[in-house]
Amino acid sequence: MTPQPTPASQSPSDPQPAEAPQPASPPPPRPDRTAEVIETVFRMESPRIIAGVARVVRDVGIAEELAQDALVAALEQWPRDGVPDNPGAWLMSTARHRAVDLVRRRENYARKLAEIGRDLSETAPPQEPADLDDIDDDLLRLVFTACHPVLSTEARTALTLRLLGGLTTTEIARAFLVPEPTVAQRIVRAKRTLATKNVAFEVPHGPDREARLGSVLDVIYLIFNEGYAATAGDDWLRPSLCEDALRLARVLSGLMPKEPEVHGLTALLELQASRTAARTGPSGEPVLLKDQNRSRWNRMLIARGFTALGRAEATSGGAPGPYLLQAAIAACHAHAYTYEETDWSRIATLYGLLAARSPSPVVELNRAVAVSMSEGPAAALVLVDALAGDPTLRDYHLLPSVRGDLLARLGRTPEARAEFERAASLTRNERERELLLRRAAEQP
Amino acid sequence: MPRFLTLIRIDEKNAPAEGPSPELMDRMGRLLEEITKAGVMLDTAGLTPTSDGSRVTWEGGQLSVTDGPFTESKEVIGGYSISQCKDKAEAIEWTKRFLSLHEDYWTITAEVRQIAED
Repeated sequence: MTPQPTPASQSPSDPQPAEAPQPASPPPPRPDRTAEVIETVFRMESPRIIAGVARVVRDVGIAEELAQDALVAALEQWPRDGVPDNPGAWLMSTARHRAVDLVRRRENYARKLAEIGRDLSETAPPQEPADLDDIDDDLLRLVFTACHPVLSTEARTALTLRLLGGLTTTEIARAFLVPEPTVAQRIVRAKRTLATKNVAFEVPHGPDREARLGSVLDVIYLIFNEGYAATAGDDWLRPSLCEDALRLARVLSGLMPKEPEVHGLTALLELQASRTAARTGPSGEPVLLKDQNRSRWNRMLIARGFTALGRAEATSGGAPGPYLLQAAIAACHAHAYTYEETDWSRIATLYGLLAARSPSPVVELNRAVAVSMSEGPAAALVLVDALAGDPTLRDYHLLPSVRGDLLARLGRTPEARAEFERAASLTRNERERELLLRRAAEQP
Repeated sequence: MPRFLTLIRIDEKNAPAEGPSPELMDRMGRLLEEITKAGVMLDTAGLTPTSDGSRVTWEGGQLSVTDGPFTESKEVIGGYSISQCKDKAEAIEWTKRFLSLHEDYWTITAEVRQIAED
């Protein structure tokens, strides 16, 4: 017989505490995971349920309440009767039955009012529930409604994350660093605005379609950038906004496969997200693109970004929009295994196209940086000096920072030092300020 | 939002020799479309039988290569998916939906593993 090792916590010579004999207790029951399953299924399905119900009741606020009612019904019934085979469909049909009942009650009420001589002309015609195949269209209607221009940017963001991203009010508040009541208020007001302004629950097909789609894409990009700007010390919910936005973009790509700008946005986000692991150093300090360890870039996301960019190009008909162009620039960086291999002249060309398509001084500044890499500092300085009087860049620290860099490379030392000092006085980021002051001091 | 690697393990000796039925392939195609449209699926594929595979081992400072089939393993990996989900509960829910598409004569174990992110 081989001696059995004894666990270190219990050597055989340890005196055992005397214990009263315990009655044998039954094994603890296995934890019931039904509640967790219900919560999970509901969170996964809620955008589609809200969308499908909104089609019937024509009001996203009421639709969300009816979806919640279906959740309550599931919490009552499933622990008793077991989880249905198709839990998503169960929730959907429960919510939709309630929606149809509600519309009928409204109609009856309207008819009764009409019988006693009152006119209720704004009663909507009855909406039959859509087939499950139509759910994609309903989701798309929900996207356009949540990002409607009658709402403020903050309201669009909050409503999109709430209704389509499945985030709770608490999660949105934490991610955006605002008090929870503020977010709750925003969402309540947004729903009320959509109802009082009679915003149609539909996908725009008229002349304003492009502008409305632009608004949807901007909301998703804004959510992504909020997460991208978060630092390592932040609550994890902040950086996770990047993934929420990426998921929304991927969903939208599936819903609108013929829209080049949707694929362009998805490509841009996949490519930017691919750099996440390399963007911060060991103590959370930001690492510039040229200093990033590119072996830490996520190759799967890069491949997905290239695929999405290919779709964008294939559908763009040779007229690239701003998101496609930005994705193409991000792809140039992703193609280069080292910073030295970057195709700067292509990047400069793409920035030129972007500046022509949607002019902005920040784009122009980026173009100048690309030109300085491909043609040298003198050519870039011409572009930067043309921006000197631009009021939007007056307090933008990157303008003197870029200009200082160009002057330093041209050997115009005193001017370079002055620019770095000015940039340091403008930046709000402590680490960046240190870097700029060091560069100023380095000038011989 | 964490990413998950789901490994689909099957018993090659008892799996249907003709592979998935056309109906199952059809159901899988529809579910895959749904998971993709939900923005969840990043990558997925089935693997060819282990008779096409090899194992490369490093042990005691020695390399060895063993060609398949891996008859000594009761279960071998028959497919995988990489998905991005809010949490493990969501990854498990999608996995359940995938498994329950199969006919009753299948025995499959799906191992849901979170991908370590740094």
